[in-house]
Amino acid sequence: MELARRTWAILWKDLLIEARTKQGVNAMLFFAALVLFLFSFAIGPDPALLSRLAGGLLWVGIVFTGTLSLSRTFQTEELAGGLRGLRLYPGEVRAIYLGKVAGNVTVLLAVEAVLFPAAAVLFQVDMWPHAPALAGIAVLGTLGFSVVGTFYAALAVHLRARELMLPLLLFPLLVPVLLGAVNATDLILAGDPLGRLAGWVRLLIGFDVVFFVVCTWIFPIVLEE
Amino acid sequence: MDPGGGVPSGASGSRWSRGLGWAALLLVAAGSVVGLLVVPPDALQGQVQRLMYVHVPTAWLGMLAFFVVFVMSILYLVQRRSRWDLVAASSAEIGVVFTALTLALGSIWGRPTWGVWWTWDPRLTTTAIMLVIYVGYLTVRSFADDPEKRARWSAVVGVLGFVNVPIVYLSVYWWRSIHQPPSTPRSMATEFLLALWLNVLAFTVLYVWLLLRRYRLAAAERTLEEQRTGVP
Repeated sequence: MELARRTWAILWKDLLIEARTKQGVNAMLFFAALVLFLFSFAIGPDPALLSRLAGGLLWVGIVFTGTLSLSRTFQTEELAGGLRGLRLYPGEVRAIYLGKVAGNVTVLLAVEAVLFPAAAVLFQVDMWPHAPALAGIAVLGTLGFSVVGTFYAALAVHLRARELMLPLLLFPLLVPVLLGAVNATDLILAGDPLGRLAGWVRLLIGFDVVFFVVCTWIFPIVLEE
Repeated sequence: MDPGGGVPSGASGSRWSRGLGWAALLLVAAGSVVGLLVVPPDALQGQVQRLMYVHVPTAWLGMLAFFVVFVMSILYLVQRRSRWDLVAASSAEIGVVFTALTLALGSIWGRPTWGVWWTWDPRLTTTAIMLVIYVGYLTVRSFADDPEKRARWSAVVGVLGFVNVPIVYLSVYWWRSIHQPPSTPRSMATEFLLALWLNVLAFTVLYVWLLLRRYRLAAAERTLEEQRTGVP
């Protein structure tokens, strides 16, 4: 209970800062839209090709945008020893991690709420009939991404060349999430003719659970001084 | 604290490792002779199949090395002794070299056998991703200045990276699969098997020797670092 309250406090603080400055979400939206545009330019205007690649392009766009957001995760705390201040509060250090994960998931889902329709328009895919299923995959994929991403963001904050280090550490670990989310999205859009969707959903859930447990468990080690 | 990780001074430690080094050299030489000259070529794949006698041992050595990184990382996080960190780092370096070698050899074998240098086979892809994960591990080490933090953070990366390997394998397996099914004792003639086991043994001894040498070097580097920065 205490942990949930502390987690909520961290999440609320970050969302409030975000709501008042609107720095993150706006920039992320434009960046994500730009990535989708670049993909279209790189691949060409063929609608059939673009709609076939929609799932992959969309999720690579999400991963790039999300990585930008991750590197900002601990930016607020960086100035004037804010992170040390947070750590010095009595109680569970893990609340910092859980609150930051929740914050990243919230912001990223908000961006995706715009990004999915944008992709539907740009790549000419009809997503509306599949909206609930796609939303479910978006949540599972974003959760997996944020669980590992927030963990490594906390680690990379202290490293030299962190802009380089975060993707270098993160992307190899994200392979299962990316494969799961892309394949699930494509299968949903194709109507899942062979009934293979359940396997990918299980993979995503399994990844989320395993890394949520492991990362939450060992997070205090990252924050030690 | 245990600053030098207990560097053995003098020649008492190196006698052991020198013997081990000679054993590794002899075994690798014997394995190469047997694999190249004694055992007949494969009926279907011909001479190119002989690559297996190096490919399989290097792949095994890479896995072994990364498993050691995983175990040593956990040991470090539990006990906080710098020697476990140094062993993990040494093992990661050896693992990266031999995993890269495995991929190169597999590619050379794949070109005449499969007709392509690279294919998105689960084991191949997983090995490549594993290589990137541990290159990341070594990069974290080179980008952290404080020895204690370097050890702590890289240990965390070593644990998470290893946990991820089976999940990556599973996901890529579902994605697609064409690798030759692994050779089992039943699918291979006895002489092929003996040659393979000889090479596996040779590379395992080689690994232990390399680890010993690399660890001593790492411990010496640590001592030097401490004397430079003046931290005891």
